[in-house]
Amino acid sequence: MIFLNALIQGILLGGLFAMAALGLSIAFGVLRVVNLAHGEIMTLGAYLAYLSLSALGLNVWMSLLIVVPAMGVVGYWVQRLMLQRALRLSELSPLLVTFGLAIMIPNALVEVFSNNKKPLPTGDLAVQSITIVDGITVGVLPLLTLVVAVVLIAGMQLFLARTKMGRYMRAAADDSDTLRLMGIDYRKVYAFAMAIAFGIAALAGVFFGIRQGGVTPFDGQLTVLFAFEAVIIGGLGSLWGTLAGGIVLGVAHSLAGQISPDLPLLVGNLVFLAILVFRPTGIVRSKVAA
Amino acid sequence: MSLLSAQLVSAGYGDSRAVSDIVLTLAPGELLALVGANGAGKSTLLRVLAGAHKPTSGSVWLKDVDISPLTDFERNRLGISLVPEGRRLFASLTVLENLMVGAGSGRVGEWTADRVVDTLPMLKPLLKRNASRLSGGQQQAVSIGRALMSNPEVLLLDEVSLGLAPIIIDELYESLAVVRQSGLGIILVEQDLSRTVAVADRIICLLEGHVVLQGAAGDLSHEQITDAYFGHSISSFSNPELTTEEGLQA
Amino acid sequence: MTTLTAASFRVDRYQKRALMAGGVSAAIFVALAAAPYLLDPAITSSWIKLFYLITLATMWNLLAGYAGMVSVGQQAYIGLGAYGVFVFNDLGFDAYSSALIASIAVGAIALPLSFVAFRLRGGYFAIGTWVIAEAVRQIIIRFDELGAGRGRSISTYTGDPVFRNLFTYWLALGILALALIVTFYLLRSRMGIALQSIRDNEVAARALGINVSRTKRIVFTIAAMGASLAGSVICIQAIGVASPNQIFSVSYSAFMIFMVLIGGIGTIEGPIVGAVIYFVMDFYFSQLGLWYLVVLGLLAILVTLFLPKGIWGAIHERFNISLFPVGHRIVPIADHIPTKVLSNADV
Repeated sequence: MIFLNALIQGILLGGLFAMAALGLSIAFGVLRVVNLAHGEIMTLGAYLAYLSLSALGLNVWMSLLIVVPAMGVVGYWVQRLMLQRALRLSELSPLLVTFGLAIMIPNALVEVFSNNKKPLPTGDLAVQSITIVDGITVGVLPLLTLVVAVVLIAGMQLFLARTKMGRYMRAAADDSDTLRLMGIDYRKVYAFAMAIAFGIAALAGVFFGIRQGGVTPFDGQLTVLFAFEAVIIGGLGSLWGTLAGGIVLGVAHSLAGQISPDLPLLVGNLVFLAILVFRPTGIVRSKVAA
Repeated sequence: MSLLSAQLVSAGYGDSRAVSDIVLTLAPGELLALVGANGAGKSTLLRVLAGAHKPTSGSVWLKDVDISPLTDFERNRLGISLVPEGRRLFASLTVLENLMVGAGSGRVGEWTADRVVDTLPMLKPLLKRNASRLSGGQQQAVSIGRALMSNPEVLLLDEVSLGLAPIIIDELYESLAVVRQSGLGIILVEQDLSRTVAVADRIICLLEGHVVLQGAAGDLSHEQITDAYFGHSISSFSNPELTTEEGLQA
Repeated sequence: MTTLTAASFRVDRYQKRALMAGGVSAAIFVALAAAPYLLDPAITSSWIKLFYLITLATMWNLLAGYAGMVSVGQQAYIGLGAYGVFVFNDLGFDAYSSALIASIAVGAIALPLSFVAFRLRGGYFAIGTWVIAEAVRQIIIRFDELGAGRGRSISTYTGDPVFRNLFTYWLALGILALALIVTFYLLRSRMGIALQSIRDNEVAARALGINVSRTKRIVFTIAAMGASLAGSVICIQAIGVASPNQIFSVSYSAFMIFMVLIGGIGTIEGPIVGAVIYFVMDFYFSQLGLWYLVVLGLLAILVTLFLPKGIWGAIHERFNISLFPVGHRIVPIADHIPTKVLSNADV
């Protein structure tokens, strides 16, 4: 029963990891950009939520209405002003640019907000739980996180499959030069994809902050690794694979936590490295490149 | 008034020049064929006209507008559509999705997905199929259909028949004849001389980046064209007076 | 155009200039080695940092600039080099020998790890190296003998602070010289040409019969050993490690990337220039606190976007200077002279 409980908690945790990984998956799928600052974008989103709470008096959920679009705009312009140029220079350039951002953001956050944890309170939602059977209790918040992650992935799949912009994104991933011949400025398509990636990253950052009871400047260095591990475990280029990858990682963390509270991170990393060695294409076969 | 014209266009790659001082005009409804051996500069010229390759000098005009400063996607929105060499379909999209992306310029007109399928009937059973699972001829049909979806005034076709079976080429050319009826101007790059001569209104022959022969298809002899094609007698520049008995409209 | 035949050309590997550069460098190193006798020890011991920074930058440049592997996980080997000093020091070796032995041990660890890291490419390789670094740190802190999460200090070290500084200075200088010599000869060797073709086009390099994985693996291992030596110096200079989080910090990757980018990626001189710039900036601006790191990050972005060849690259382009020639040029030789095509590939 303890094992089963840990398994269920792990699956729920996997929802959070998958949500964190989704933006990364989109940026890579459409632009082939590996955003090393992804974790910092999440953190920035959480701080923006904190600001909305403290300065505007909103609650966490209302703040998302500001945070997600705002970070989307940031993503749009980061792509247009920096990454677009970097993409044309060399394969290394986008990596170096995003790593530069990854260094700037947390250090600036420390100077502005200090190292202290900034709370993202959700009232009694944080402690509410549903008891399924004796010994198995599911927190409402982790359940909500998993549901949101699944909805986001399903929504993203629909968006890519059914909308005009979604088609352009898949076309841009295939052949951006030819897309130009269709009268479409692929740079805008790229920027729009990055806007979505940043928006979802910010959302994931807020959920992560809620789970951790708040946000600190260097959280991103931890979350970026979770996100990348989920993407790679799941298999590059598959959004549902990202969910599966997140769940594998979540379960690994949760089971390791049963043995010792200081083990989850190490075991998570080792599981990731083991999957890399034994199944380098990830656990889910990619069908569509997006 | 010409529909599209190039004024003294030169272009190249790095230090090497692909085309030099090209002057050409395309009238509305006209089918102009660019012929020449491999490396004569045909594809480069087509890409310059489409805005996909930056010329080193010269200008490109659409009607009376200098479109030289405009890039490929801006020119597409003004009605220039390129069917690129190698077809270049979006491999992870279905045939229908490829056509829909082709309408990205937002230009409306007679060309819709239905009309494209009517004109290129081989696409009919393939609409839901992934573009990566098509034969070469089918890919070419999609590529042409995709270009038509933007309702162009100028259609630039690069190497339509390259690597295709004759029966497929026949089918594509039948479709092109239907496309012509809608009155758009076409520039066609082909290696297949006899087929080109058969359909073209006018022919321009390129050799090592220069125009070595041009004239109405009916006015040029087969020998003139092959000579120009292989560069045997560069001196026989285009001479409109020089008509021959040999009708080339086979 | 005249016909080119192999007989009418030879390949110039800048042998004369290479010898000259070697001579001048040797003189500089001798002077640096003698410096502690001439200058204030406080000054020379501050150079220890400069030496290990150049070593780190040179090694990262070898990895990313020449072999195209952007790693943000070299802190794994810096940390292992530092902790290796404890391990071998505890076994009875003096701290300085421990640094050298540790580097060999780290090489032996890095080689199998490359099989894991090479499963990933490009940006995912970068993250993979980062995960490896995290995993290494998380394993190290499970050992109580190594101070667990608290860090620890070296058990037996040279007591006299003057001698200790002196020995550390020479160690750091020697390691720097070694790093530069290995890099220089590696790049002038056949492998240097292989590396450059891999960087330019890995698929084409493979098609030309270059053993891409083997070449990259060798570079990966050498870079890890170099990082390990630098890590040992960092540890010995501080007589220990304040905290494992610090010695395994991803900031080291940030510094390496910054130095190499500012100086000029893909050149031997660039990382040296970059390290000196970083050293000076660090000296004057580190009191700005973390804003300083923000500025470093911003500069790295600006240089990547607007000065992609770095400062040395810009100088090289304008004046065509190269202090350490690792390239080659084709020189025509008169037809009547008996042809002797020099193949200096293995100089």
